[in-house]
Amino acid sequence: MMREDMAQWDFVIAAYAIGLVALALLTIWAWRSMTRAEARRDAARRR
Amino acid sequence: MHIYANPTRFLKLAKWLTPLLLWSGLALSLGAMAYGVFSVPPDRLMGETVRILFIHVPAAWLGMGGWTGIAISSAMLLIWKHPLAGIAARAIALPGMTFTAVCLATGSIWGRPTWGTWWVWDGRLTSMLVLLFLYAGYIALTQAAAREGGSAKIAAIFGLVGAINVPIINRSVVWWNSLHQPPSITMGKSAIDGAYLAPLLVAVIGFSLLFGAIVLMRMRALIAEEQVAARLRRRALDEDTPAAMAAGMETA
Repeated sequence: MMREDMAQWDFVIAAYAIGLVALALLTIWAWRSMTRAEARRDAARRR
Repeated sequence: MHIYANPTRFLKLAKWLTPLLLWSGLALSLGAMAYGVFSVPPDRLMGETVRILFIHVPAAWLGMGGWTGIAISSAMLLIWKHPLAGIAARAIALPGMTFTAVCLATGSIWGRPTWGTWWVWDGRLTSMLVLLFLYAGYIALTQAAAREGGSAKIAAIFGLVGAINVPIINRSVVWWNSLHQPPSITMGKSAIDGAYLAPLLVAVIGFSLLFGAIVLMRMRALIAEEQVAARLRRRALDEDTPAAMAAGMETA
């Protein structure tokens, strides 16, 4: 029973690790690409 | 809705809406997931793996919701030629694909201890995999159109035709025999115990807000890129015009 419970937790941890890493990468990439693109636009306007 | 088809008006709204959606989405989704992992009791049949649902179900909802958004934006682009509709559809594609991939990965991880297998080629899993490929195809089409200067109409038609898959995913567990359980939440009814349902609904709301924030960030990035490209084109035209006039006068 103990081993079974531990194995179930391994699957829970794996699922959350994959999901959270994917969402963190997506959010950070979206934020950085937005701030960079808007900075480029503002620089082009000033020129 | 037509009011916000104007990029200037849209950007004014998006500037304050982006951080609002981002922080409220992060707070709700992380809070619901933490509650789901550490506080809900293990399920009688699924045991501890029931906790995976707090990330799997919102990801599935947004994978399908994302394509619905692409289809609506595509229709708006084709019917009303809204300048922002094409940008909205392009902005939804990558987050939608990511959530679909997370849904498939977490579902597979949940399936191994629950069903005894990582994967079965049944209606629900296969139609969800088809959705992932549809997203990949849509992204390839829009990138090719942006690179080659082609029409956005082809991608919009693809977005509309691909929407056929969304009701197929939804009804797949009713139409075909499947290892996947039938719908747990239908109109006004739920087969899920309240101890799981409340954090699950909060997770769905939180992930939806986060999805909205990511789409707004992508839209702002795409609009800024198009504004830079338009400015460069105008500048190149301004520089070419006197040179062309001078060349014309010399020839005359």
